[in-house]
Amino acid sequence: MGASNYEKFKTDGSLAGNVLEWVDARFPLTASWKAHLSEYYAPKNFNFWYFFGSLALLVLVLQIVTGIFLTMHYKPDASLNASGVPVAFAAVEYIMRDVPWGWLIRYMHSTGASAFFIVVYLHMYRGLIYGSYRKPRELIWVFGVLIFLALMAEAFMGYLLPWGQMSYWGAQVIVNLFGAIPLIGEPLSIWIRGDFVVGDATLNRFFSFHVIAVPFVLVGLVAAHILALHEVGSNNPDGVEIKKKKDEKGIPLDGIPFHPYYTVKDIVGVVVFLAVFSIILFFMPEGGGYFLEYNNFIPADPLVTPPHIAPVWYFTPYYSLLRAITYPLFGIDAKFWGVVAMGAGVVIFAFLPWLDRSPSKSIRYRGPIFKGFLAVWLVCFFILGYLGVLAPTPGRTLVSQICTFIYFAFFLLMPIYTKLDKCQPEPDRVTFK
Amino acid sequence: MSCDEKVDCGRRRLIVATAAVGGVAGAAAAVPFLASFAPSERAKAAGAPVEADISKLAPGEMMTVEWRGKPVWIIRRTKEMLDGLKKLDAKLADPKSNKPMQPEYAKNEYRSIKPEYLVAVGICTHLGCSPSEKFNPATAVEPDWQGGFLCPCHGSTFDLAGRVYTGKPAPDNLEIPPHKYLSDAKIVIGDDSKGA
Repeated sequence: MGASNYEKFKTDGSLAGNVLEWVDARFPLTASWKAHLSEYYAPKNFNFWYFFGSLALLVLVLQIVTGIFLTMHYKPDASLNASGVPVAFAAVEYIMRDVPWGWLIRYMHSTGASAFFIVVYLHMYRGLIYGSYRKPRELIWVFGVLIFLALMAEAFMGYLLPWGQMSYWGAQVIVNLFGAIPLIGEPLSIWIRGDFVVGDATLNRFFSFHVIAVPFVLVGLVAAHILALHEVGSNNPDGVEIKKKKDEKGIPLDGIPFHPYYTVKDIVGVVVFLAVFSIILFFMPEGGGYFLEYNNFIPADPLVTPPHIAPVWYFTPYYSLLRAITYPLFGIDAKFWGVVAMGAGVVIFAFLPWLDRSPSKSIRYRGPIFKGFLAVWLVCFFILGYLGVLAPTPGRTLVSQICTFIYFAFFLLMPIYTKLDKCQPEPDRVTFK
Repeated sequence: MSCDEKVDCGRRRLIVATAAVGGVAGAAAAVPFLASFAPSERAKAAGAPVEADISKLAPGEMMTVEWRGKPVWIIRRTKEMLDGLKKLDAKLADPKSNKPMQPEYAKNEYRSIKPEYLVAVGICTHLGCSPSEKFNPATAVEPDWQGGFLCPCHGSTFDLAGRVYTGKPAPDNLEIPPHKYLSDAKIVIGDDSKGA
């Protein structure tokens, strides 16, 4: 074993070379560098949409680092302090006012949560338009949907920690979703809360999940996502497999090494992202009440629900799906079906690789039915998101019901309309100017 | 299990048996961790009954007391409010209170012991928000509104007896907690035992 590794990585005799050789004989350092960066061949025609994967990774690191520092000052305690304010709520205000630079770290974390979802939504949309979920990338996509689910859990549990009115009532609503499951629902929701109402036990366990359990899962899933990607190779805006055309060394003709080409390209994306992120961070950290809701600056009060409660913006499309179901079915309450619609709205993405029967992957070569349906679906997604922040009225409920119908029809009818659609032939090689 | 000459079947069986028994032990070890999620003894003990003094409650007004961490409303209904309840049957999901959302003694048209006073858990039966008071018929939450409650979360509406309107996400009427009158001015919530 050792001997063969020594042969593989010949030293140039310098001290650094000798150290590297010593390490490589014991750990796949150079081999990993090559496999994932310097000799990972990515299609040369990546465009704007391909920034968001690396940006998602950047935000993940940002959230973990800021989270570690916030944990040093935060206390998950729902009991009231000497001034009658919940300790957890006071701890966040303490970070904001008394901890040196605490406000910056906290705002980075809270703005980072919204940035994470913006980046991830764009990353998912990229997959949708270029067919990045299609064979052989099904598992990358499934891992991605699991990441999205873990991210939602992470964001939801993190939102309870400031112990404001929105934290409290948001958690109350979401935990009660489990209560809608027939028979086991009520005991299940009590088991999740650890009390008969959201309380100190709930706050402590959500803190534990938010700080350690879910991040662990998230990092593991991200690793699986990237390993699966590097196993099959990246898709591209043309949806053409670059591995079909290789040179005599077995390198794809349309592939370029990820490092230095895409590391440099992604740094441009990072600079632009950080510029925009900083503007929000320093000039509008509350995001107009969408990133940090105003009601959350009021300590949690179990006796009074604020007159208007809405989830944070990134959950609103799914919240609208939940609210759209108002009729019971098969003798089970409407609320159970609302929960089912909300869950299905997320999970249905995982089935895309098998729902899509189109001969071409990329939207560039797809027919008018898919393009039209996707556009309508996207509009519905935005309408659902918009309605999710508003109080329900009969008219809005009707609109959200229509949008819910279209949302699901886009997925469920896909096996039919993608077959009927008139696609253009895909080119042999990627298009590149 | 397939066995050929190269495999020692006795040892293979032992491995399978060991793995199975080990797996059972591993699953059993998960039980205390899962059970630790359930409400603690302290949380279970915190559900003691509470007393409320209703002597200062004016007609047409409500007060809120905390019982088991939940808001419990006490509403003193006026005659107009009580009359309004009778007009609503067609719009309600469970006008006769057939579902067991109240103790037997509150299963009547006013869902209360004394018609004047409604005692209800102020938690929406949909997803647990606390509905807001919309007593004024002019707020017109619904057509022909007689006063009641609107849940801010998902728009469920309830009348002044805590009965839910049909076609709303909330499936059930508001819960009427066990309660009793200690005197005309005192209600105890969470205890309806008879006798001294």
